[in-house]
Amino acid sequence: MRVVVDFDLCESNAICMQIAPDIFEVRDDDFLYVLDETPSEDRRSNLEESVQRCPKQAISIEE
Amino acid sequence: MHSSITIVGASLAGVRAAEALRSEGFEGVIKLIGDEAHVPYDRPPLSKSFLEGAMTSERLSLLTKEKITELELQIRTGSKASKLDIDSQTFEIEGEVEGFDALVIATGARARKLPNTEKIKGIYTLRSLDDSIEIRDSFKSGNPKVVVVGGGFIGCEVAATASAFGIEVTIVESQDVPLSHVLGEEAGRVISKLHTDNGVQLKCGVEVQEFKGENQVEGVLLKDGTLLEADVVIVGIGATPNTEWLEDSGLTIENGVCCDQTCLAAPNIVAAGDVARWDHRGYGKSIRLEHWDNAAEQGKHAALRLLQKDSEALPYAPIPWFWSDQFDRKIQLAGISSPGDDFEVIVDSPEEGRYTAIYGNEGRLKAVLGINRPRHVMQFKSLMEEEASWKEALDFAKGIG
Repeated sequence: MRVVVDFDLCESNAICMQIAPDIFEVRDDDFLYVLDETPSEDRRSNLEESVQRCPKQAISIEE
Repeated sequence: MHSSITIVGASLAGVRAAEALRSEGFEGVIKLIGDEAHVPYDRPPLSKSFLEGAMTSERLSLLTKEKITELELQIRTGSKASKLDIDSQTFEIEGEVEGFDALVIATGARARKLPNTEKIKGIYTLRSLDDSIEIRDSFKSGNPKVVVVGGGFIGCEVAATASAFGIEVTIVESQDVPLSHVLGEEAGRVISKLHTDNGVQLKCGVEVQEFKGENQVEGVLLKDGTLLEADVVIVGIGATPNTEWLEDSGLTIENGVCCDQTCLAAPNIVAAGDVARWDHRGYGKSIRLEHWDNAAEQGKHAALRLLQKDSEALPYAPIPWFWSDQFDRKIQLAGISSPGDDFEVIVDSPEEGRYTAIYGNEGRLKAVLGINRPRHVMQFKSLMEEEASWKEALDFAKGIG
């Protein structure tokens, strides 16, 4: 699976960073960085939670 | 196992409840009932980007047609439920009695109104899509003078958006410092300054005496004698949970539907979102939240509770979290602060518009406030989830300053 972030929508709320810090990081510049674009299958549930809890619905998963 | 689950309330909590049931493998009937004519939509942009005109109503939608089909939802909009009875497991809808196997109560809250304002044009509250469209239209007609009654988060967001239109706007707030009941006075003053720096007028420590104008609002008279000219008034004085349809139902209603630690209100009945008051194990008391993230998460938790045996049900005990966008600032609060908390400013950089502060009580970290500091907010939120002490939080703060 592949993590896709729509950076036009992303507002750096950083909730994804709290749920999956190995995949998402909001750095000191307030921008979101995807640390791992192709996480392993065992990260799916955290990734799905990040997708759901993003207030801007800016994250999606491509299979 | 229930053969059908009825969800009353078709906003975020209700939609997330339906989604969670399907992803957990529930194969029975799911009915989703809402009293608004629109298909479910997202509310936070209504006081921000949608009000500003930077977003279409299609983009607000929480459920596409494809999604409704995929989830096999029986969705019924524009229909108000009433007269719940938990003994017979029935309620009324459009004059007909409807039974249910299991029920999710997610009827939310509505904006509180000031008395005797219904008939005066130009006085609005902001809760629904229709409210937001009306207010936006009023901002665009001529060059209106706007008064916002109530300097809470909704009021502050509306004022910020109005001033982005180049509109003259005044906030009237009964406390001496806006938001001080949530953020404390010191942090409340930081937000006040943000508004005055951007040209918003603040009238604090004073209440509204009356509105001037027969059919159309013309002014707002304050109790100190000040008369503010106004073509448009937005009242943001909090929300009331929609529990009228639950009176005499057999459920306990006390400023919300009372639930146990797992969101169960009665056998086969759960509640979620703005309407739900539940025993939060972490805080040792019952709370009710009006936050986007809580509606989403509690909707999910409560729905899954209906599929669980009592012995396997888990308590719902999140650290509350919300955000507010005002001007170019993202304000976030995680946790719950209280008057008299220890308060420590970690970052205060006015030139960058950045601010982080933490709140503590009884030796524990209780809350974090961030302005354009989402990273810090999430770091301290994680510490709260680990039940960090105040000292641990202060030690952590030294490393990030």
